[in-house]
Amino acid sequence: MTFASIAAVTTTLILVAVFLALVLNLDQMARNIEQDVQISTLIELTADEDQIVELGEEIEQIDGVAEVQFSSNDNELKSLIDSMGDDGQAWVMLEQDNPLNHVYIVEAGIPEETEAIANQISELDSVEDVLYGQEVVDRLFQFNNYARAIGMALIIALVFTAIFLISNTIKITIIARSTEIGIQKLVGATNSFIRWPFFVEGALLGILGSITPMAVIVGGYYYIYHNLPGITNTFRFIDLLPFNPFAWQLSGMVLLIGAVIGVWGSVMSVRKFLKV
Amino acid sequence: MITMENVSKTYSNGVTALNDINIHIDRGEFVYLVGPSGAGKSSFIRLIYREAKPTKGKIIINGRELSKIKERHIPYLRRDIGVVFQDFKLLQKLTVYENVAFALEVIETSPKSIKRRVSEVLQLVGLEDKAKMIPSELSGGEQQRVAIARAIVNNPKVVIADEPTGNLDPDTSWGIMEVLEDINSKGTTIIMATHSKHIVNTIKRRVIAIEDGNIVRDQQRGDYGYEV
Ligand SMILES: Nc1ncnc2c1ncn2[C@@H]1O[C@H](COP(=O)(O)OP(=O)(O)OP(=O)(O)O)[C@@H](O)[C@H]1O
Ligand SMILES: [Mg+2]
Repeated sequence: MTFASIAAVTTTLILVAVFLALVLNLDQMARNIEQDVQISTLIELTADEDQIVELGEEIEQIDGVAEVQFSSNDNELKSLIDSMGDDGQAWVMLEQDNPLNHVYIVEAGIPEETEAIANQISELDSVEDVLYGQEVVDRLFQFNNYARAIGMALIIALVFTAIFLISNTIKITIIARSTEIGIQKLVGATNSFIRWPFFVEGALLGILGSITPMAVIVGGYYYIYHNLPGITNTFRFIDLLPFNPFAWQLSGMVLLIGAVIGVWGSVMSVRKFLKV
Repeated sequence: MITMENVSKTYSNGVTALNDINIHIDRGEFVYLVGPSGAGKSSFIRLIYREAKPTKGKIIINGRELSKIKERHIPYLRRDIGVVFQDFKLLQKLTVYENVAFALEVIETSPKSIKRRVSEVLQLVGLEDKAKMIPSELSGGEQQRVAIARAIVNNPKVVIADEPTGNLDPDTSWGIMEVLEDINSKGTTIIMATHSKHIVNTIKRRVIAIEDGNIVRDQQRGDYGYEV
């Protein structure tokens, strides 16, 4: 029974840790991407120079716009070719007859306003299209919200299972000592005097249960953090939270949750034995 | 000190152990509770330290009505009342010394004074050389004396003893009576349930006789009054 309850805490906490590491990192990523979100305003091919300048001024006047930068179609083609590396050579021949639009690259002061600004820009004259990465970000945040809700439900269920197992373990100790507790109360012991050894027992079960998860966090996160850069280079936004302090903070949190589970379990089982 | 007004106690199985009791016991009194087996003496005692609650009526101890004391203050009430339980209620895993020390530990006495006080009391009941034994290694009478030691160790205002000499030979009984008289002379109120005609008739004190849950006699310097 003791082993079962420690194992339950261990399982719960490992899942809590994996889940927290995942969600917190995904959140961080979404925020990273969001910071980088720019609005590309594609200017109509038919627009003349005056119209382009006018459009630039109009965009600057929109509330929340932090920066507006003009990028000619030649410039756009060049960066496209650069970004494709060797494959880009195929596009070089287009230099003579550039099919791309001139572009205003717009950045919002606050990332959350990107969408609203993009909508306003698309209403303006001489705008062919407005492209921005917000949909990706929104979807990521949405995914995160789902993941969080499901994970939370799972974790709450697990936490209660662990609490239940701990409270049962402690109940066995208490039943074995119930006459003793009764006598202690008759001699004038307060409830807290009687409770504290069970508190300690519960907290100890919780803390014992969190040792393995903490080792898993520190070891696992160290490994992932130092082996992921290979992937990170390909997807620049995958920027994991730094091992130090994140792994330590997560371990601390897991230890705390473990102790709380243990103490809670003991409180639940002691309460009804104190009525003497 | 202890007042009961129209107190009745009916247990959950329907047995009425006490029926409309009115009594007043003053500070410093020495009271014998007598009466046949099953008369309600232990029930009377249990009401005082609130192991049982009255079904009807008011119990006032030290000016405080018991039913009005908050649950979490009950331990403090009990610390003023030393109880020698009829079934001793010793902690079986603890030694004699630890059992007695326990009553001081719960009130957070310093370890040094615990040591001194426990030795003192064990000597008083004549168990100083059995301090390291556990209850199952003791005779019934010795266990009873441990219970007495525990009841008096924290100098309570009231000592309630439920047949404290029930298992003792006459010599030890007189020894225990000396201890009780001694702490009584220092101002402690003593309530003692007993079947000992000999003791009641020799050391003359107030006698309260209970029969079938009723007080049938309340007499200063009374007799035991029953044939044994
Ligand atoms: N916990 C209980 N539950 C139900 N009935 C009880 C309980 N304790 C005592 N009684 C009943 O209450 C009545 C009085 O019992 P009590 O123990 O007060 O008698 P007593 O005077 O102490 O007897 P004795 O001299 O044998 O110790 C008895 O009829 C007994 O069966
Ligand atoms: Mg009795």
